[in-house]
Amino acid sequence: MTKRPCIHGLAVAGLLATVAVPASAADTITVASWGGTYQEAETKAFFDPTAKELGIIIKQDTTNGLDDVRLQVTGNAVKWDITELGADECARGSKEGLFEKLDYNVIDKSGINPKLVHDDWVGISYTSVVLIYRTDVFGDKGPKTWADFWNVEKFPGRRALSGSQATETLSVAALAKGIPIDKVYPVDIDGALQSVDKVKGHIDAWWTSGAQAMQLVKDGEVDMASIWNGRAGTLKKEGAPVSFSFDQSVLTADCMVIPKGSKNKDVAMKALAKFVSPDLQANLPLYVDNGPANEKAFETGKIPPERIKDINSAPENVKKQVLQDPAFWRDTLVEATEKFNNLIQQ
Amino acid sequence: MSLASVSLDHAGRPDGALNTDALRADARREARGLFALLSPGLLLVFAVIIVPIGWLFWLSLFDESGQLSAANYARFFEQASYIKTFVTTFKVAFVVTGACVLFGYPLAYMLSQLPRRAAGVCLIFVILPFWTSVLVRTYAWLVILQRKGLVNTWLMDIGVIGQPLPLANNFAGVVIGMTHIMLPFLVLPLYASMKTIDVDCLRAGMNLGASPAATFRQIFFPLSLPGLASGVVIVFVLCLGFFVTPALMGGGKVIMWAMRMEQTTSLYSNWGAGAALGVVLLAVTLALLGLFHWLLGARATGVWSER
Repeated sequence: MTKRPCIHGLAVAGLLATVAVPASAADTITVASWGGTYQEAETKAFFDPTAKELGIIIKQDTTNGLDDVRLQVTGNAVKWDITELGADECARGSKEGLFEKLDYNVIDKSGINPKLVHDDWVGISYTSVVLIYRTDVFGDKGPKTWADFWNVEKFPGRRALSGSQATETLSVAALAKGIPIDKVYPVDIDGALQSVDKVKGHIDAWWTSGAQAMQLVKDGEVDMASIWNGRAGTLKKEGAPVSFSFDQSVLTADCMVIPKGSKNKDVAMKALAKFVSPDLQANLPLYVDNGPANEKAFETGKIPPERIKDINSAPENVKKQVLQDPAFWRDTLVEATEKFNNLIQQ
Repeated sequence: MSLASVSLDHAGRPDGALNTDALRADARREARGLFALLSPGLLLVFAVIIVPIGWLFWLSLFDESGQLSAANYARFFEQASYIKTFVTTFKVAFVVTGACVLFGYPLAYMLSQLPRRAAGVCLIFVILPFWTSVLVRTYAWLVILQRKGLVNTWLMDIGVIGQPLPLANNFAGVVIGMTHIMLPFLVLPLYASMKTIDVDCLRAGMNLGASPAATFRQIFFPLSLPGLASGVVIVFVLCLGFFVTPALMGGGKVIMWAMRMEQTTSLYSNWGAGAALGVVLLAVTLALLGLFHWLLGARATGVWSER
């Protein structure tokens, strides 16, 4: 028992010694993200440039979210040094103590919304929940606001909302009641649930994945839906007859964390500092529709002006949207989700 | 010791008893040997099935703060959606099993009556879908059944219907998709059992003046029941744990138990919340299997003993 701290100390000293060697080619970290085109974009925007600049090797893996981190940390089998999560997952995981503290002497947090800068997690990118409608059904006179979406007389047609992301559906339900965008948070959950109750009989599908939302709209199974802006952008690029905008959309953030027990914490910290730096953040919208979390990215001059207007986190577009508050959902998610499930399940 | 007992027996008892004892000892030795052979398998079952299930049960007894509590089970009664999910799960399982029997029995019967070569070819068509991923087959059904899918487009083109039928993203879609996937699990054991039915029994029935319908009803059908019972049980139990098809075909309106497990596991920070769902499903499934055995098993054994 008395010997243990000594051995521990030696191990730490040994670890520090290996880290201290500059650019030792053996430094390898593993980063996990959501896979697909998003992770490909991150690879080009963040991972490859960081690996090159720091002279490290970045291995990649994919995650299903907070469960995976919880499994690794509670099972003492941490295999990732950095992983991406949804911001509300970060807030919940932080409460559970699953992450290492971040060192803001290494990571420069300026330019990142303070709501996304915390002791043990930091914002990395934004996704918007937008209202999409089919132009072959509505022309250009489709539903533009969530109140329109809820108005089944004026806009008859088939509808889909997210059934898996209760936080997003409750946010748009609050908007549908006419609550102004700066008053949506903190969400009046019971009021939002009443709003969902009004429209639920007209919802033809409650989607549970981004791919499903996309398929429902693409195949004309529904005429309007809530959908993530990346998926909506892809549909448009593929030539589907759809229209969407950032008006009244819900801006949700993704974040990155270092799972507790990561063996390469110090290298991971340096890599994370690079990922959120304005220079690399500015790369992201060049490859994918998810906007950078660091608004200084827009000042780097790397993003062409005509591209900036299509990016959800560009200052002009942020004004039109509701920023989903991760701290709010950290404390209310379980209860709200159970109530939401009770409501939508027939 | 054995020597001593043998000599003692030699003195006192008749030869028959000696033989019985020796035989019994031999049987015991053989049983021990067989058990020794079996033990690696039993150990494996213990390590990978019994222990994890026990652990799962153990986990389900703790709440988020790590305190012993019934909270994970109380939740089923506090939140209406759990009961609804449970009812939906069994409703889907019953309807799909029923549909499989309805389609599978005539199919298996036809296959069993075909000449061997033709039956072989037809069986390939039954087994072929097995080799395709469940996900792919489910998406294919979506393409066929949705509002602008093949079925609705054709039916509307030829003027049979004016409005598209609601075949996907609802209960009907789930049942259609799952029935297709489950059918082989019913047909294969049923076909195997039908093939073992002695044709002479049927001939004898006809010979004694029974009509073909009566022969089928009184001889063939009862003899096919054991195969039907095993098929029904396999299909029903597999249905209870289904995930992919209801998740894609149900449009978020048909939530089955496995989907709820996934949701609950990611929603709650303690594994116990999800574990409790697993324990409940296991317990109810075992109870139902017992019931099946009592109902179908007894009847099937009755048929065999009559024979």
